[in-house]
Amino acid sequence: MRAEEYKISSEKFVLHSAGEQLHDEKLETKPVSYLKDALIRFTRNKASIAAAFIIGILFLFAMIGPLVTPYEVAYEDANYAYVLPRNEFFYEKGIPFWDGGREIGVTEAAYNLYRGIQEETGRTVIMNEPEVRQEEYMGKPISYYDFRLDTYNAVGVKFVLLKYDEYVALQQYQDENNVQVIFPITDPALRPEAEQDKTNANIWYRTKLGAGRKTATVFDENGNFIPIYQADNGMDQYTSKMYWEGDEKLYNYAELKDAGMWNVRVDYREYYKYLHYKAGDGIEYPSFLLGTNNAGKDLFICLASGARFSFMLAIIVASVNLFVGAIYGAIEGYYGGKIDLMMERFVDIMASIPLIIVITLLKYHFDISHVYILFIAFFLTGWTGMAARTRMQFYRFKNQEYVLVAKTLGAKDSRIMFRHIFPNAIGTLITSSVLVIPGVIFSETSLSYLGIINLNTGSLTSVGTLLSTGQGFLFTYPHMILFPSIFISLLMLSFNLFGNGLRDAFNPSLRGTE
Amino acid sequence: MYMFKYICKRIGLMLITFTIIIVTCFVLVKLLPVDISSVGVGEDADKIIARMVSRGYMKKDTVTGQYINTPILEQLGQYLRRMIFEGDFGIGFNMPEYRGRAVWSVFIEKLPPTILINVYSSLLAVPIGIALGIFAALKKNKWQDHLISTVVMVFISVPAFVYASLVLYLICFKLSIFPLGVVSLPDIVTSYPEKGYAYVPGEFNWSLYFNKKMFLSMLPAVFSMSFGSIAGYARYTRAELTEVLTSEFMLLARTKGLTKAQATVRHALRNAMVPIFPSIIGEFVSVLSGSLIIEKIFQIPGVGGLYLASINSRDYDFFMMLAGFYLLVGLLAGLVVDLSYGVIDPRIRMGAK
Repeated sequence: MRAEEYKISSEKFVLHSAGEQLHDEKLETKPVSYLKDALIRFTRNKASIAAAFIIGILFLFAMIGPLVTPYEVAYEDANYAYVLPRNEFFYEKGIPFWDGGREIGVTEAAYNLYRGIQEETGRTVIMNEPEVRQEEYMGKPISYYDFRLDTYNAVGVKFVLLKYDEYVALQQYQDENNVQVIFPITDPALRPEAEQDKTNANIWYRTKLGAGRKTATVFDENGNFIPIYQADNGMDQYTSKMYWEGDEKLYNYAELKDAGMWNVRVDYREYYKYLHYKAGDGIEYPSFLLGTNNAGKDLFICLASGARFSFMLAIIVASVNLFVGAIYGAIEGYYGGKIDLMMERFVDIMASIPLIIVITLLKYHFDISHVYILFIAFFLTGWTGMAARTRMQFYRFKNQEYVLVAKTLGAKDSRIMFRHIFPNAIGTLITSSVLVIPGVIFSETSLSYLGIINLNTGSLTSVGTLLSTGQGFLFTYPHMILFPSIFISLLMLSFNLFGNGLRDAFNPSLRGTE
Repeated sequence: MYMFKYICKRIGLMLITFTIIIVTCFVLVKLLPVDISSVGVGEDADKIIARMVSRGYMKKDTVTGQYINTPILEQLGQYLRRMIFEGDFGIGFNMPEYRGRAVWSVFIEKLPPTILINVYSSLLAVPIGIALGIFAALKKNKWQDHLISTVVMVFISVPAFVYASLVLYLICFKLSIFPLGVVSLPDIVTSYPEKGYAYVPGEFNWSLYFNKKMFLSMLPAVFSMSFGSIAGYARYTRAELTEVLTSEFMLLARTKGLTKAQATVRHALRNAMVPIFPSIIGEFVSVLSGSLIIEKIFQIPGVGGLYLASINSRDYDFFMMLAGFYLLVGLLAGLVVDLSYGVIDPRIRMGAK
């Protein structure tokens, strides 16, 4: 067979796909980046999503809370101290929960006092029908009255000392707005004799000195209170027609005290409105969503601004630690050897200094605000953790081929460190610096709780301070410690869940295991 | 031999760290001015100066006749000499109730309640925590596991002062099962006349702490302290045990004919305990230090309260000693945990390249 027979002429060949441009086929699936992959895995974890949501709410509460309430941290009104939380919704519906009411059991004298306030101001003080119970005390039967007390209205009337022009301004306000602010002054001669009740403005009725130098109420034959208002003798030159419609008697409304001050008996709720109307700060009647503390500070604003401070401190500390720790750790991890050894010993020592010692020494040496002390101390003890983590990541990546390639191409060390290695480590570092936040908040709360750090200056407060103040009133006014506790517990719980989710999401070895 | 060298190296490093921190602390404290304004009632500046001179912190300048501070390094030398050779850690200066008393004797007096509450709480926490963890691991992904995991998560997250307050409010106040605080020592002496107790201030007074009244009054604090540890141990044990239970040697053990219980106890548990056991040992080292927060809430007359008081009243000798004590306990606990890994599981060669 000759070779020619098998020769195929070139015309017989046809190029396949002639005139077409060939490309690689496009991938039909979309590329999933590291971050996106993490996000997908994070969203699968329902608990973490819920936790992130709660953290968001708490964060919003801390940031927006101080803006929506008219109160400020520095504001306090001792007359409304120990007032219980009130939500206007529950109050108006008359639901005995979160309405500013307090279940109390008191003796007859105290019960009469509350009845007196209720009768004089015309506002509900005793919120339900009292139950009377008899108890034996030192061989004598004593009746106790159990009822729900409106802690706001129980403030009743107060004596306030005013200058004459202030007094006149108050009179004008009363006449213009047609509200009874000034109540008739009681006759000094008829006021209670007992020392502890002498300055109690709420006793407007006849009393006598009972057993054990305690004030006892005197009723008339019908069981009513007998008023002890001072009849008008022209002393204060003010006649109000408002008190008790149909009562044509005229009373004195103030008494002149030393130094030209007038002692005026005001309905404190209306007077409160008047004061804030004058100050123009947007506060009307008192109503505290989370109640007030022992100084009469609004707990809502205290908690919100304490939380805001905690969040801000924690975020700043976490980012500064990340910045410094990353640079330090990068140098350690990248160069290794002697440099690493020396730098590691320094980190070892820094990491083993207890936070309390650092804070105490800073406190002793520098007479600066404790905010700065906290910040410096958290920085000094905190960056080492981040440095250690960065170091680990650098050890992991620095011997990989792409780093070798970059080196061969002549990249400088700093470029390799921060352009090539760092982006690979960033996921882990961000995760751990997010998890620094609850740690800082917890330490800050504990330190201010223990009183090592005092953040309670003027316009600043902290959750820890609220907790430690509340601790003192745990048995009498548990609401003071309840809300800060709920806040910190929720925050820690959700950060823990969130952190677990984040850690799993950024851990590629868990991919596909769920 | 390798282990011995490693241990020596770790102890050496720990001592260096400790010394550096304490010396820095001492120098920084000594740079502070002596706070004459804190002189108490019935004291005068001369007395304080006399006390400072007697401790060698101040001396009379031969030229001017004024009292001046001795150089800090000299003070440090004296401090170390007294501390090491005489066991003398200084005397109280500022806290009224401990003024002029030896720091060591006050510290010794405060130690028993702190240790006892920690020991009780560890004794409670370790078995319960591990048992819960084992139970949860065996019932993995059943409702029991979910319940335990949820409760554990809550107790790990919620800060101790929150549930300590809850315990105090609900159990001690509302239900009145336990007293509101730890009973004081003179109270114990009067309530047990038949035992012939004697309260000696400045002594260890160990025996006074072992009676029913004291024990009951300590229980709320013990509970509050153990909740967190129980949750921690339960979580740790569950995580370790679930991992071990899925390993192949467990399958082999079952194929050999062991029952599930036998395989779990003899094979899985032993391996799961390797990382848990060191932390138990660490816990028993750190029983000395206790918790500042729990001591504050339950008004336990322990070391934590003393530490806080010394910080707030600027009592430098107390502060130095207690800071050193807490530092040492912390470092030791860490060291013991690290070393015990190698002891428990010889396959783990600590610090190996």
